[in-house]
This record gives sequence, structure tokens and C-alpha cells, in this order.
Amino acid sequence: MHRVVVTGTGVISALGNNTSDFWQSLVSGTSGIREMVDVDISQIRFQNGAQVRNYVSEEHFAAKDTDVMDRFAQFAVVAAREAIAQAGIEWTASLRETAAVVTGSCLGGRGAEEAGYWELFHNGKSRVHPYTIPLGMSNAGTSHISMQFGIEGPAYNLSTACASSAHAIGHAFWMVRSGVAPLAIAGGSEAPFFLGGLKAWEAMRVVSKDTCRPFSAERSGLILGEGAAMLVLEPLEAALARGVRPLAEIVGFGMSADAGHITQPVAKGPARAMRMALRDAALAPEQVGYINAHGTATEANDRIETASIRETFGAHADKLAVSSTKSMHGHALGAAGALEAVAGILSLRHGILPPTANFLTADPACDLDIVPNQARTAAVEACLSNSFAFGGLNAVLAFKSLP
Amino acid sequence: MTDHSIQDRVLKVIATTKRIPLESVLPDSSFESLGIDSLDRLNILFGLESEFDIEINDEDAKHIQNIHEMIEGITQLLQAKAAPSPGE
Repeated sequence: MHRVVVTGTGVISALGNNTSDFWQSLVSGTSGIREMVDVDISQIRFQNGAQVRNYVSEEHFAAKDTDVMDRFAQFAVVAAREAIAQAGIEWTASLRETAAVVTGSCLGGRGAEEAGYWELFHNGKSRVHPYTIPLGMSNAGTSHISMQFGIEGPAYNLSTACASSAHAIGHAFWMVRSGVAPLAIAGGSEAPFFLGGLKAWEAMRVVSKDTCRPFSAERSGLILGEGAAMLVLEPLEAALARGVRPLAEIVGFGMSADAGHITQPVAKGPARAMRMALRDAALAPEQVGYINAHGTATEANDRIETASIRETFGAHADKLAVSSTKSMHGHALGAAGALEAVAGILSLRHGILPPTANFLTADPACDLDIVPNQARTAAVEACLSNSFAFGGLNAVLAFKSLP
Repeated sequence: MTDHSIQDRVLKVIATTKRIPLESVLPDSSFESLGIDSLDRLNILFGLESEFDIEINDEDAKHIQNIHEMIEGITQLLQAKAAPSPGE
């Protein structure tokens, strides 16, 4: 069994197109939520989203490559490149042959699929483009990372809705810890801003017409986000041997299923996932000082998550800081767990807890210390990152700070 | 359109979307007694929007507690639809 550390992170999000910009926005409490562009908002009952801005695909890829890469797959590779560069990996033939790539995506390239089917259903065409399948498949992000870097070991994509990338990072962590893979690229990506998908979210009646205000009495639902985040995971000894200072240690992963309702959460499942993560990490609840919450700002999530944190931590729940960075980067679905893992890792690294932005007044049913609006300086020993999916599938990651 | 027919159409939408006998859905029935959960509510709202060709606002929908209020809300939306709006 190896101790596993994070040696690189890569981010593209509404808060900036690299890790540094993402972190600066988080600690300044700046939200990336704006009126949506590149979609016809006159057809949609909500107007705001957390979209990646100033992204020009030609700056990252040759045209022949973007022909077969949906936006979500491009985001995956952009984030992986940054993470790998930061980690300073020294590739050898043997490392390439055994390293792993595990990604999460909820929708994959469904935006490209929609464009293909639009021709069929709307424009009266009888054919769809032959790239529709390679663009649309949910594992495209994984495959493009693997091809880009010549990584030939275990590689797969997980799709567990809003917990996808937390499940992906957890699996990658376990593979590195057990020695199955000497290194893993893990994270998630998502590009959900296309008309059919937005209309489907509209029908769920969970998207706010205002902004994302997690745990606030005035909250009115989630705000969709897009982007990607990737981590480089490797054994502590490998990082030290290269003279690299890790960002944090990944110490635990817990999963559970509610086995209840397809959309309505209960506290029991998330609480069990948190307990499993603590047990996997051999952490006492009192060692945890911060939780990056799932915190979608829907009525159901925020109350249930509060109850599940209380159930897991007992009296210590009142000493914990809990914030939802979705208030700034939106709900990036399959990329959410990875973006929030980066937020957790950097809060340990820098000793600063990002706030829950857009907070107005407290909801008595969400009576945790939610770090309202202002980042807080706090040296925290360990943190959790919560991800709870529609369908009752829960994944929790635990990270620990390193000296 | 009479109020009675609005009521009948609402009850029918509920029965059809929830796949329960029409006789079991009464104006006095509570959502709980009919086993209607949050996802069923979305399905019913979707059905009502199609049935009456209206748009039901998320916030208004959240405050509906029972079938009476649902019928009342639909009636108001239909009246608003029938009346010419101020700028027209």
C-alpha cells in the first residue's frame, strides 16, 4: 500500500482557464455566473449559467483534432495538460505503459449528438455525420488524454451523474494506493450548454432564475456550470524521489447508494459515504476541519446534506467549516467533483477556505458554519469533498494537508 | 370553459400521469394520499402545461399544496391567457 499524493492540478472553468485563476476567483468570492451565451435563451425559462469564457479551441488544438473532439473532450485534455505539466512528470516507456486515466462525465458529448440529430429531425436530412459517435461517446475525454500522452494503462470513464468525477478520482486513488498503477490522471469534464439538455434541466424545475445561493434561505435552485478539472495522483515516495512538493495527500474514498428514489435524496446514504471515506482514510471526525459541500442550492440537497453532516460528525459538525463553491463555478455535473476536489486540495495547501458566495440570510434547516461570502484563513488538517448524484449515488473524497 | 371542466381535466391529468384510476383522484385528495412525490409533481405539471397550453412558473408550482390549489392556479392562468395583456 502506497501513500498517494496530488502533484498536479489542471482546471478550466467559469472561474478561469487554469488552476491559478480558478483559485484566485474562489478566494476572492467572485462568481462566474452570467447570462448564458451561445444558446438561444429566449427558448429557455432560465437565463444564467457558469460558462467557460474566452475559450478559443484553435489556441489549444489543431482543426483536424477538434473535428473529432466535442467541447467536453477538449476541456478534459486542456485540464490534463496543465495538471501533467505542473506535476513535472518524467515519462518513461514503462510509466506510459502502466499509468491510468480515469475520468468522469455525466453527458459526454451529447451536445455533438444533439447537433447530429438536429439535422435528422429538424433539417430533414437522412444522414448524420460519421463523427457523431466518436464525438458523442462519454469516454472520449479519457481516450483523448490517453492518446495525447501515450498513456496505455487502465483507462475508463465513469458516469454517475453529479458524482462522476468524484467516483473517478476515488477509483484512481485506490489503483495508485494498491500499486495497480504507478500514476493516474483523474478528474472529470462536462459541457452541458446545448438546447436540448438545457430544456431537460428546465423541466426538472431545479435551475435558479436568480443565482446560486447554497444554504441561504433565499436559494432558488442550482446554476449549471461547465469545465473540467484533472489531478495527477502518484505515490508519495515517487514524488519525493523526483524532488516534487505534493499539493496534498489523498487519504480516503467512500461510496454509497441511497437505494431509495431516483431524484429525491435522503441523509442516510450521504452520511454513510462520508463515514466510509473517514474509515478508508483512518481519520477521526475531529481531524476534519473543512468540507467542500455538494451544496447545489436546491431545497432538497442543502437540507439533506446538512442533516447528513450532522449525522456523520455529531457535535463536531458545529466546529467544521462547510462551503459550497458551486456558488461560484456553478454545478458542472460530471466535472463538479473534480473542480471541488481541486478547491479542497488548494484550501489545504494555502490555508484558506473558499466561501459560499451569494449568501443572504440563514436557513435554520442549514445551520452549519458555511463560510458566508468571505474566504477565511484557517490551517486545516483534513478536508472532505462531497458529491451526491441524482439516482442516489454518493461519493466522498478525503484529503490531508502535507507539511 | 366552465370551472367544472377545468377541474375534470386536472383530475384526469393527475390520474393519467400517475397511472391511477380516475375515480381515486378527488378535488379533496392530498398529494400524499395519492402517493405523489416530487418527480410525480414535475410530471403532472408537464401534463397540465400540455393539456391547457400554459406555462406554470416554478415558484408558483412550489407553493401548491393540494389539488384545490392546483385547480385554482390553472383557472387563474387560463383567465390571464384569455385576457389581453396591458401592452397589446
